[in-house]
Amino acid sequence: MFRTEEMDINMGPQHPSTHGVLRLMLTLDGEEISDVRPVIGYLHRGVEKLSEHRTFPMIEPLTDRLDYVAAISENLGYCGAVERLLGVQPPPRAQHIRVILAELQRIASHLLWLGTHALDLGAMTVFFYTFREREMILDLFEAFCGARLTYNSMRIGGLYEDVPAGWLDRVRHFVTIFPSREKEYEDLLTVNRIFLGRTKGVGVLTPADAVALGASGPTLRASGVDYDVRRAQPYSSYDQFQFDVPLGTNGDTYDRYLVRMEEMRQSCRIVQQALDRLPEGEVRAKVAKYIKPPAGEVYHVVESPRGVQGFYIVSTGGEMPYRMRFRSPSFVNLQALPALCKGRLVADVVAIIGSIDIVLGDVDR
Amino acid sequence: MGADLVQQIVIPTVQILIVILLLPLVIAYLQLVERKVLGFMQVRLAPRRVGWHGILQPIADAVKLLIKEDTVPEKADRFLFTLAPVVTVIPALAALAVIPIAGASFTLLGYQVKPWITDVNVAVLYLLAISSLGIYGIILGGWASNSKYSLLGALRSSAQMISYEVPLGFAIIGVLMLSGSASLVEIVNAQKTARIWYVLPQIVGFFCYFISAVAETNRVPFDLPEAEAELVAGFHTEYSGMKFAFFFLAEYTNMIVVSSIVTVLFFGGWLRPFPNVAALAWLENGWLFFVPLIAGASLGWLVDQKARTGLRFMFAGGLLGAAVGFGIASADVMGLASASVPYLSGAFWFFLKISFFLFMYIWFRGTYPRYRYDQLMALGWKWLLPLSILNVIGTGLAVLLFG
Repeated sequence: MFRTEEMDINMGPQHPSTHGVLRLMLTLDGEEISDVRPVIGYLHRGVEKLSEHRTFPMIEPLTDRLDYVAAISENLGYCGAVERLLGVQPPPRAQHIRVILAELQRIASHLLWLGTHALDLGAMTVFFYTFREREMILDLFEAFCGARLTYNSMRIGGLYEDVPAGWLDRVRHFVTIFPSREKEYEDLLTVNRIFLGRTKGVGVLTPADAVALGASGPTLRASGVDYDVRRAQPYSSYDQFQFDVPLGTNGDTYDRYLVRMEEMRQSCRIVQQALDRLPEGEVRAKVAKYIKPPAGEVYHVVESPRGVQGFYIVSTGGEMPYRMRFRSPSFVNLQALPALCKGRLVADVVAIIGSIDIVLGDVDR
Repeated sequence: MGADLVQQIVIPTVQILIVILLLPLVIAYLQLVERKVLGFMQVRLAPRRVGWHGILQPIADAVKLLIKEDTVPEKADRFLFTLAPVVTVIPALAALAVIPIAGASFTLLGYQVKPWITDVNVAVLYLLAISSLGIYGIILGGWASNSKYSLLGALRSSAQMISYEVPLGFAIIGVLMLSGSASLVEIVNAQKTARIWYVLPQIVGFFCYFISAVAETNRVPFDLPEAEAELVAGFHTEYSGMKFAFFFLAEYTNMIVVSSIVTVLFFGGWLRPFPNVAALAWLENGWLFFVPLIAGASLGWLVDQKARTGLRFMFAGGLLGAAVGFGIASADVMGLASASVPYLSGAFWFFLKISFFLFMYIWFRGTYPRYRYDQLMALGWKWLLPLSILNVIGTGLAVLLFG
């Protein structure tokens, strides 16, 4: 007569906490999750196929739209891949400025993550604090390239032009004040009992699972696996800077939080060093006007704020690539979601989605 | 019409009408205050477009809600769906009937007007009973919507309300033991006789009560039934227009009711601070002094905001206001000080205390993340309940021994 049954509930693609158009089909036993089936593809734009009909410089704006909250990293990875194919080395000044941009982008991306993650857990004030600082970074980008989100700021062989006058001082001002601002977020969250309760032991990803799933970035490092492309296969001029790669111990949501917080501090350190040692000179290597890389293939990886971002290009010697493939960290990290959510409560799903920090533009491509 | 009839029926009716008509306005402006305070905490500008510093924003919001399309989901139970907001808002309003605003009654046109609608001898029980009725509206609303998110929100809130009702009741028992009465007016009078606010002997009871009450009103950090990040909007996901406004009204009315109960039970209702210190007797007329002070300081603060001068004008305005107030009080302008109008003084302290607790609510909202469902249950059953029972036992022993 009386019976219980599991309830199927559809979370997304229109939902405040799925960070875009992610759809989750949840099977609930009361409040407990018995199954999660992510459904992706709502933001698929076919960037890989589009790339086959664009010349190499025309592809860069497309890469902006992949991970749209960290477009500089995409630009950097794509330009690096084509440069390797061409055998071109950007001048040292361009490399340093690229590092400054990429690290500021990492901070901006982590700030967006922190604000929305805290908002998902119900702490709304952190969001406004992080956006205050993110706004400063976006202003810097706007001063540099005129855009605030999709920058298209780099060119194959270096940068379009040098930084505007006074820009470096503004960056220096930002990295000096940022640590004190970061402390404000930590005051609100790091030792907050409710926040600890919501994140400690939630969504534990073991090192073995993390490696087996191919997770990367802070999601991987929070599990204690020491792998950072910036150190393992240095690109641009990362080999010239000192920085620590923060590692977690438990692989839970709280560790992923701590790792990203520390990464922001390390990014500040890198920007500081890059500013101190910024060489003078050209910002663009000599590259032919019509870029026709020799026939061949290249796979170039960079450490985007979300993890290992790979670019695989097959060239047949023409001015368009024969095949283009993006290895996006969000797509791979998202695979961990069902495993992390099983047996947890509904409220943990939003905490876990927030902590693996996906961007749907990057997942669907 | 006999004088008795007026005294018994007309005056309470007028009072009820005043409460019902005035309350939506008060709540609309409470919400503006909430947005302003949150804006201040969150380094942003709160509403500023509608009227001077957004002073007409609540009116605009109300008009918007009134003319919004009132949608009912196709598969919802129309009758219960419409009934639910009404069921939620009526107990919230009814609870206000027993709240005493000041201690002394005054005469108007020859009739005696009491600063409360009714004083029943089981007011505390009445409040407990009526405030737990509001939950029916939430369950009905969530269930009648025929939406899974609404249902989850409703289930959460019913579990939450039942869990927190228990420590809530136990937390009050300590006060009842000390005062020996369940009438709110008598409880305040007992605090006057004891010359102490009950928050001091009942500090544990106060914490248990206030935490449980925040949970019972579904506010941050216990706002699980409407956890927007998880359940979109919880039980009122499917509601719009005036029906939504009713849920909203009920939530804020409950906040006011809870603040009033805390004030009456633990903070001496309309009594002045430190009722046991004779040297502070001048606080009885404190409103003469504090109202100009607060007005001056707020005006100064506004000038500061405009001129970006830190807090200079705020201090200056406060000092000036205090001086004016002191002048009025000592020169006895219009006999205000010597007449010692107790209902004005009482109402002043009462509203000041309520404002403080309402501010606490907003402060919580600006600070805390949200509890998880199981953690909420653990907090209620494993911490608040044993603590409030221990408080009852401790108070009982103390009353028995020191009598």
